[in-house]
Amino acid sequence: MADYRALYQEVILDHNKKPRNYGTLEHASHHAVGHNPLCGDHITVALNLNLDPECVECIDGIAFQGESCAICKASASMMTVAVKGRTRTDVETLIQEFLAMATGKLDLDTPNHIGRLAVFAGVRDLPTRVKCAILPWHTLHAAFNSVASASTEAAEDPMHAPIGNA
Amino acid sequence: MSAVRAAFNPRSASAFDVERIRADFPILQLKIDGKPLVYLDNAASSQMPQTVIDRLVRYQTSEHANINRAVHYLSETATSEYEAARRKLQHFIHAREEREVILTSGTTDAINLVMHGYGRKFIKSGDEIILTTLEHHSNIVPWQMLAEEKGAKIRVVPINDAGELLIDDYEKLFNERTRFVGVMHVSNALGTVNPVKKMIAFAHERGVPVLVDGAQAAPHLQVDVKDLDCDFYAFSGHKLCGPTGIGVLFGKAALLEKMQPFKGGGDMIMSVTFEKTTYNTIPHKFEAGTPPIAAAIGLGAAVDYLSAIGMDAIAEYEHALLSYATEQMTRMPGVRILGTATNKAAVLSFTVDGVHPHDVGTLLNQEGVAVRTGHHCAQPVMQRFKVPATSRASFAFYNSMAEVDALVGGIRSVQKVFA
Repeated sequence: MADYRALYQEVILDHNKKPRNYGTLEHASHHAVGHNPLCGDHITVALNLNLDPECVECIDGIAFQGESCAICKASASMMTVAVKGRTRTDVETLIQEFLAMATGKLDLDTPNHIGRLAVFAGVRDLPTRVKCAILPWHTLHAAFNSVASASTEAAEDPMHAPIGNA
Repeated sequence: MSAVRAAFNPRSASAFDVERIRADFPILQLKIDGKPLVYLDNAASSQMPQTVIDRLVRYQTSEHANINRAVHYLSETATSEYEAARRKLQHFIHAREEREVILTSGTTDAINLVMHGYGRKFIKSGDEIILTTLEHHSNIVPWQMLAEEKGAKIRVVPINDAGELLIDDYEKLFNERTRFVGVMHVSNALGTVNPVKKMIAFAHERGVPVLVDGAQAAPHLQVDVKDLDCDFYAFSGHKLCGPTGIGVLFGKAALLEKMQPFKGGGDMIMSVTFEKTTYNTIPHKFEAGTPPIAAAIGLGAAVDYLSAIGMDAIAEYEHALLSYATEQMTRMPGVRILGTATNKAAVLSFTVDGVHPHDVGTLLNQEGVAVRTGHHCAQPVMQRFKVPATSRASFAFYNSMAEVDALVGGIRSVQKVFA
């Protein structure tokens, strides 16, 4: 059985207490609100995509804010750190890998870009908490596609991953 | 009452042998991650004693057939056991007649039955329905659907900071357009016991029928529909030590007879031709199709079990549990209890400063403590208290004082993790 406390590691508790890139972003080029109707949690992700030919579609700036549990807030905070300065294509790959990890479909021993985000691997054993961890990533994806609102429930959500009974 | 209550020593609870009762519930022997299960999610669903499990096994082993149909032995046995369950439920809630007891799939189904059977027939454009801020979504959404369909209006009784209905405001909501009142007996989110008898009397003076959502009341206190004089009373079996998929709608016979059927199908008819169908008499008019026979019989066994202990004794013991838990948790810094009504059932909704309820729930689970976290299907209550969600410990008569201690200890360890 999972050691639940393993999920509440120092790094997650730290990002929950002192979230990085927390707040709003002036003149954001992309923006989306993610909502988890199951618990009423919501977060906003705003970002600026660089159109400079040297780094086309690099994330120049990113910010998030909202009401959420520690898992969701830490996931959002670490996400902003992980994606800042990276290209949209790289980030889309990372989103896929994170979702796969959270739903237990990613073998962390195979090459991947997860890095420090591996602290969230434990949510795969907590079906009811998977949504908390993936909400920021759904929202980031929605922001890229200028989808007005992401939801971990909506069937039409393009990122609606099959996540068992979560 | 108070003399009996005073005799209770919350630590020994000698008047109520909780250890003997716990032995009746096999699931309470479970260990979660090596820790004994502390099941405090009874408002969501209660556990089942061995006697009910045995009754279900006996039914499936030697009594099962479809009811109200064939003349063979099994069908007659199943029919008579199903009807016996109805009579047990009738006595459990003190209804006058057994035909006033309709077996539904649960409280939600029962409320929807009233909405379709009564509401769609008698509520018209411009009419008003009174509900309360405390209602569970199941006693809000059906009425919103009706209001939208008919052009009717919903008026809402507000609550105070303790989570008690403001009865003066309730009375002021009545006017010549008021046609219906829906109110919960006990709040699932806060535990408030509402003064439904008084509210019913006030509505009746104005000729307005009242539906009481008794989902959280039936497991915790003596329900007497005659004394309440309610027009409808709905509750679920699975919160009452019975199986899921079974519930009850009590309705006054005169009202049920005037209502239109909710679902059409077998059993609810007298005769069918393509020209005309004649409906069956109550309660069968509202029981279309093959009902959850096993679940009904199981629920009959559950109310036998509860009645043997006595609902008054259960209420008394749970009150002692609630008082002890409230006392312990009130002393904890950083813990806020939501719902501090004078008259409360054994529900303790709380928040822990700086910790989201979902994190509280996950960490308590690690200690083997099962609580509910979320909005409890009562989002208007959460909005009233300006919280997105709470953690909720809800007690049953098989919970012990030691389990309250486990909850308190668990909350302390949550606070340590987030310190």
